Amino acid sequence: MDFQLIWFILIAVLFIGYFFLEGFDFGVGILMPFISRDDVDRRVCINTIGPFWDANEVWLITAGGAMFAAFPHWYATLFSGFYLPLLLILLALIVRAVGFEFRSKVDKPFWKKTADHFIFWGSLIPAFIWGVALTNIVMGLPIGEDMNFHGGLFGLLSPYAILGGLASTAMFTLHGAIFLTLRTEGPLMERAEKVAKMIWIPSGVLLLVFALLGYLYTVLFDEFGLIPGTLPLLAIISFIAGYFLLRANRFGWSFAATGGTIIFGTIVAFEGLFPKLMPSTLNIDWSLTVYNASSSELTLTIMSVVALIFLPIVLGYQAYSYYVFRQRVTRDSIPTS
Amino acid sequence: MEELDLARWQFGITTIYHFIFVPLTLGLSVLVAIMQTFWYRTGDTAYKKLTKYFGKLFIIVFTLGVVTGIVQEFQFGMNWSEYSRFVGDIFGIPLAIEALMAFFLESTFLGLWIFGWNRLKKGVHLLCIWLVAIASNLSAIWILMANSWMQVPVGYHIVGGRAELTDFVAILLNERLLVQMPHTIIAGFVTGGLFVLGISAWMMLRGNQKEIFQKSARIALVFTAVASLLTATTGHSQAQDTVQSQPMKMAAMEGLWETEEPASFSLFAIIDQENRTSMREVRLPYMLSVLAHNNLTSEVRGMNDLQAEMEEIHGEGSYIPPVAVVYWGFRIMVGLGMLFIFLAITGLVLWWKDKLQTATWFHKIAIAFIFLPYIANTAGWIVTEMGRQPWVVYGLLLTADGVSPAVTGTSIWISMASFTLVYGFLAAVAVFLIIRFSKPGIPKENKKKKEASEDDDSKDSDAFVY
Ligand code: HDD
Ligand code: HEM
Ligand code: HEM
Repeated sequence: MDFQLIWFILIAVLFIGYFFLEGFDFGVGILMPFISRDDVDRRVCINTIGPFWDANEVWLITAGGAMFAAFPHWYATLFSGFYLPLLLILLALIVRAVGFEFRSKVDKPFWKKTADHFIFWGSLIPAFIWGVALTNIVMGLPIGEDMNFHGGLFGLLSPYAILGGLASTAMFTLHGAIFLTLRTEGPLMERAEKVAKMIWIPSGVLLLVFALLGYLYTVLFDEFGLIPGTLPLLAIISFIAGYFLLRANRFGWSFAATGGTIIFGTIVAFEGLFPKLMPSTLNIDWSLTVYNASSSELTLTIMSVVALIFLPIVLGYQAYSYYVFRQRVTRDSIPTS
Repeated sequence: MEELDLARWQFGITTIYHFIFVPLTLGLSVLVAIMQTFWYRTGDTAYKKLTKYFGKLFIIVFTLGVVTGIVQEFQFGMNWSEYSRFVGDIFGIPLAIEALMAFFLESTFLGLWIFGWNRLKKGVHLLCIWLVAIASNLSAIWILMANSWMQVPVGYHIVGGRAELTDFVAILLNERLLVQMPHTIIAGFVTGGLFVLGISAWMMLRGNQKEIFQKSARIALVFTAVASLLTATTGHSQAQDTVQSQPMKMAAMEGLWETEEPASFSLFAIIDQENRTSMREVRLPYMLSVLAHNNLTSEVRGMNDLQAEMEEIHGEGSYIPPVAVVYWGFRIMVGLGMLFIFLAITGLVLWWKDKLQTATWFHKIAIAFIFLPYIANTAGWIVTEMGRQPWVVYGLLLTADGVSPAVTGTSIWISMASFTLVYGFLAAVAVFLIIRFSKPGIPKENKKKKEASEDDDSKDSDAFVY
């Protein structure tokens, strides 16, 4: 069996899970200041993701651990190369979590305002940087023969990469807006719906430009994988369908559609890369691939057994938790403090 | 070289910081689960109040453990890329399993516990907090498996300059893990126990709900007494393992320059690393032989001999860790460990004499003891990690060879400054919140309210909501 392929797919699955799940809670964090009219609204927004955001973040932690175990060189090159962007993500995730957890612990306007800033910037910054980072990877990076990154910070901030960051931000925001239409009610829900409708078309244009330029600037479509064209097409169809589903008040389906765009989009990125993990722009032979960056067969075997046992269990109890908290969060459910 | 020093400082700072909150989580999660179990079994609402009271403090602590933990997961790659390449085949496995098996469990069920007060059946809700407690301690096992492999590498061979796995079971059953894991987890229990004891003592001292807080003080006392005795015995086993597996570290812990037979235990010394001597020593004869080998006669090897031996195997260089830090770190930990045992026994005696509520002098001491386990924990880890220097993987990889070549000193300065700043801020917030939520104690119910108490309870539960 080709364990490298399996682990490449599994890590893709972890990132897909991460972008899908944390995607909506980034979106909620970004939208919260814009669609809330008062403190209770803001607390409703936070409570829609309250029981979930931490577990959503664990998808990222698991992806990190799995990269370390299955492709140590990938882990080492990526995180030492993207040092400062990663630092920003980490700091953002820290203040964001603190914002969620501690906001309602002290009933002072200054305290809450600070927490709101933490939540907003802590959601916006990672949503943006993940797009920039992924775009950079598919554009290729200056990776040397020693497998290390030989570029600077500003090399990572090309216009196309920034466009990628904007695209991911738009997508997560949209995903979060639809999530809010599912989990809130009344005026708050209507405002979430309005925002979604408002930003859908501009986001669509942005994503389209990003995708088209992808043909020019990235390695994705050079030797495109198994079924060329189908997956990008699915992402696009899903995105368009989501809009009409929203107009038809099919919020659940519309959420599935924004999720679909995120899922298919991430698959396109990973599939387009395969078998490379980080293409080198200095010399294509210096690229990290699933073969030269991977762990030994024994390690991959053990990891596969572990994943086979635990991933279904995790999915099971995460589903249970979403089931327990399936009801909408109402303004009445927020205790007066 | 600058990058190396900065990377070491950064790792030390962030990890020590993470490990301020982690041991408290390990112990406090179990204690909160125990309190809730008492409530579930007896129906006594005092335990329910205690569960909620300490539960809120637990969440504050837990949050900080989580946010500092995220940094941990990635900083091996950030600052120690060559190390990550070298160890990934082996080290990555426990890290990935930790996330998959423990972190998911922990975060999901904590969410269910916090938000499920009025939604879940009592038994299911209790199960949630137990799963959180179990998951926290599971996560400690896996991360310690990674660490114990750095201390005593087993089950590997070197292929193309990297350590590759040959025997997974050997890593699971690493003798180092079997002594390190119980000691660390139990140290976490001591930390949690002294926290609950100290807070309860503070409340009794302030005259807040003495009856209720006496109950939590009792739970904490039993818990701490057992755990603090076990830290000493497990620490002793760990020392015995260290003599075998890392004799240089043991010699540094004792400031022992020359091989001795029988060996004496040092109580006080001024270490002069440059001239390789110790001054003004106070030594207990035979004691180190007892500590190391359980008899009065055995030889314990000194740093000079070991240095010569290491040079023969690994080539020239200094293989002696920073002795003074390791020496004093060890003494601080062991000294505090003795104090904890003493405090717990004193508390039990007071309980037996039925003076637990009234002995204000004891309350004051117990409050001061809230802060000491962090010093013991940190000292213990500094002994473990600094004592391993100059190796990052003992005998296989030097720390200097593990650092990221692609990362500039400027980058590390930026990250270190920002972590220090953010962590400092977090520490202030954490202390502020813990005081704010513990100080009011548990509010007294007046008679009228009591009738509507069910209703009241549900409101109170919602205070867990964000
Ligand atoms: C509340 C905290 C606490 C207390 C009271 C103690 N320890 Fe400890 N000790 C730790 C917390 C700790 C720790 C922080 O958890 C360490 C660091 C690494 C480890 O496995 O546990 C540790 C490590 C550690 C080591 C390992 C050093 C190495 O790497 O070789 C030894 C030999 C001891 N301890 C011995 C003791 C003894 C004899 C104690 C007697 C009372 C003791 N410890 C109390
Ligand atoms: C939580 C308790 C821990 C504390 C307080 C701690 C503390 C430290 C300190 C102070 C250093 C710097 C030593 C020096 O450079 O002189 C260090 C280094 C290091 N530790 Fe730990 N450590 C802990 C646990 C761990 C664990 C669990 C792991 C692995 C899973 C680990 C891996 C490392 C690595 C990779 C280094 C860097 C290389 C080095 O400087 O030796 N540590 N740690
Ligand atoms: C002896 C050392 C360590 C122990 C016993 C330990 C244990 C724990 C525990 C019990 C938690 C749960 C949160 C909390 O308790 O506050 C936690 C959080 C975390 N730790 Fe550590 N840790 C140690 C060091 C490290 C290291 C070196 C890493 C790096 C891989 C790490 C990664 C994490 C991560 C990513 C989290 C967040 C998990 C979440 O979101 O639920 N820890 N750690």
